[in-house]
Amino acid sequence: MKLDASTYRLSEAGRPGQIGLILGLLGLIAGGAGYWVDSEQFFFSYLTAFFYWFTFAIGGLFFVLLHHLVAATWSVVIRRLAESVMATVPFMALLFIPILFGVHDLYHWSHAEAVADDVLLQGKAPYLNFGFFALRAALYFGIWTLLSYLLRKISFKQDKGEVQDFPHKTAFISAPGMIAFALTLTFASFDWLMTLDPHWYSTIFGVYIFSGCVVSIFAFMILTFRFLGKNKILTETITIEHYHDMGKMLFAFMVFWAYMAFSQYFIIWYGNVPEETIWFIHRWEGSWKTISLLLVFGNFGIPFFILITRVAKRAGLMMVIMPIWLLIMHWIDIFWIVTPTLHKHGYHISWMDPALTIGIGGIFFYLVWSRFIARPIIPVGDPKLKASINSLSH
Amino acid sequence: MAIEKPYGILARFQDPGTLLKAAESIRDAGYKNFDCHSPFPIHGMDQAMGLKRSPLGWIVGATAFCGGSAALGLQWWTHAIEYPIVISGKPFFSFQAFVLVTFAMAVLGGAVAATFGMLFLNRLPRYHNHLFFSKQFETTSDDCFFISIDANDKNFKDHQSKEFLESIGGYDVELIVES
Repeated sequence: MKLDASTYRLSEAGRPGQIGLILGLLGLIAGGAGYWVDSEQFFFSYLTAFFYWFTFAIGGLFFVLLHHLVAATWSVVIRRLAESVMATVPFMALLFIPILFGVHDLYHWSHAEAVADDVLLQGKAPYLNFGFFALRAALYFGIWTLLSYLLRKISFKQDKGEVQDFPHKTAFISAPGMIAFALTLTFASFDWLMTLDPHWYSTIFGVYIFSGCVVSIFAFMILTFRFLGKNKILTETITIEHYHDMGKMLFAFMVFWAYMAFSQYFIIWYGNVPEETIWFIHRWEGSWKTISLLLVFGNFGIPFFILITRVAKRAGLMMVIMPIWLLIMHWIDIFWIVTPTLHKHGYHISWMDPALTIGIGGIFFYLVWSRFIARPIIPVGDPKLKASINSLSH
Repeated sequence: MAIEKPYGILARFQDPGTLLKAAESIRDAGYKNFDCHSPFPIHGMDQAMGLKRSPLGWIVGATAFCGGSAALGLQWWTHAIEYPIVISGKPFFSFQAFVLVTFAMAVLGGAVAATFGMLFLNRLPRYHNHLFFSKQFETTSDDCFFISIDANDKNFKDHQSKEFLESIGGYDVELIVES
């Protein structure tokens, strides 16, 4: 792997992408075979895997929107990677298609006979029906694809020095884009995850999912830049100051996740309404209790005391261990949301869970990487680039 | 007539770059009690002056922990020991309900400690600084850069320090006296 010093493009760098593609195809073939073994388990595993990698893609979109919205300086050098991540959004739409075929296996509300017996589901039928569900998904992906397309296009034009008044033009896209992003992500998480239990509702659920998206994008970016740094690329450009800043964001959104998770739990605990508490009762039953406690301590308690220190955020080893740790915990979080619908009395990790997660993850990484190496890996035309490289944190 | 006791020595520097270089030289010469004055923060000045990291974070952390513990303890004592009342059928010690106050008190403790700890570590509030006797020092919040060395620094000697400051690019060197 080499970096061309004049164009800032990577050469001889196809290998990580190829490995991703091979792993991805193997995982998808192996996991896909599970459809003929146990179609219900397959779709639940697929939803877990899809949603897990989807949070990365949408996290990338959020990062770029936020970066332009606040006209950030420090994050200019890491912007191109986030742009490559958000470029996977249209492919996520393709990967969503199997879920449409699995609606009957996944969502109780999709069964006409269940709706006929259930007055609550009859009330929700105008919203929870297959046609509107598919239409909404198309709308969400349409909005995300449009935003990621526009922001990538203007960024590449900036590379060639063809954009004037870049901050205002990007803010013009990002400001309404951020509002659209907030609404679409909220409703997407309602549609795809919350309606797994169609009686249950939690208004904070979208924000809870969002916090995981931001954790995953920062963890992904830290690990990718560490990987580049190990290959002696951008070591003078992405400095310890940038890792410190990304570590702060990782820490902040990990805490934000805990804040949202507790708020959701607390309101439901206080209200004590059976329709709401049932969701937590399922997740406290049998061995699910272990997973719930693992999330409390593994996704908040322990990382909180490690990542709060300045030393950890500036240390080479900790900034590899903690992102990996939090990404594993983030997967468990999605698993903990999705799978209790299928395995009500205790957790059960099927072989399809890792197979499909590696499958979609490999494809995701291949897509990100091939887009990343196709362009300069830092926004070479950005006037704030030099200030970003020299930025200092405290 | 009162004996004039030197308070410190003040030297003007051309620009932020020379101020930074000068701070490094003074640090390397072994001075401890000196300060740099600039209209705006200069990146890298902390290292140039050889300042240690502020202990404020530890003060804030400890106070936040105490605030949280006190809040949790108070709620536990009042709700579970001293005056137990059944509220909506929940146990006397329902930690869920106590988290909010605990969290808020930890944040309050931390914020108060940050504010007063900062003032304490900066030796504020104080009404006057002898550097204000200097006429030229008035421009420091406008467009001038100064370094002052305290007279109580163990390396401080009037003439030697003056020559030293001039040798590293200082000019308009002025001895400030307590009167």
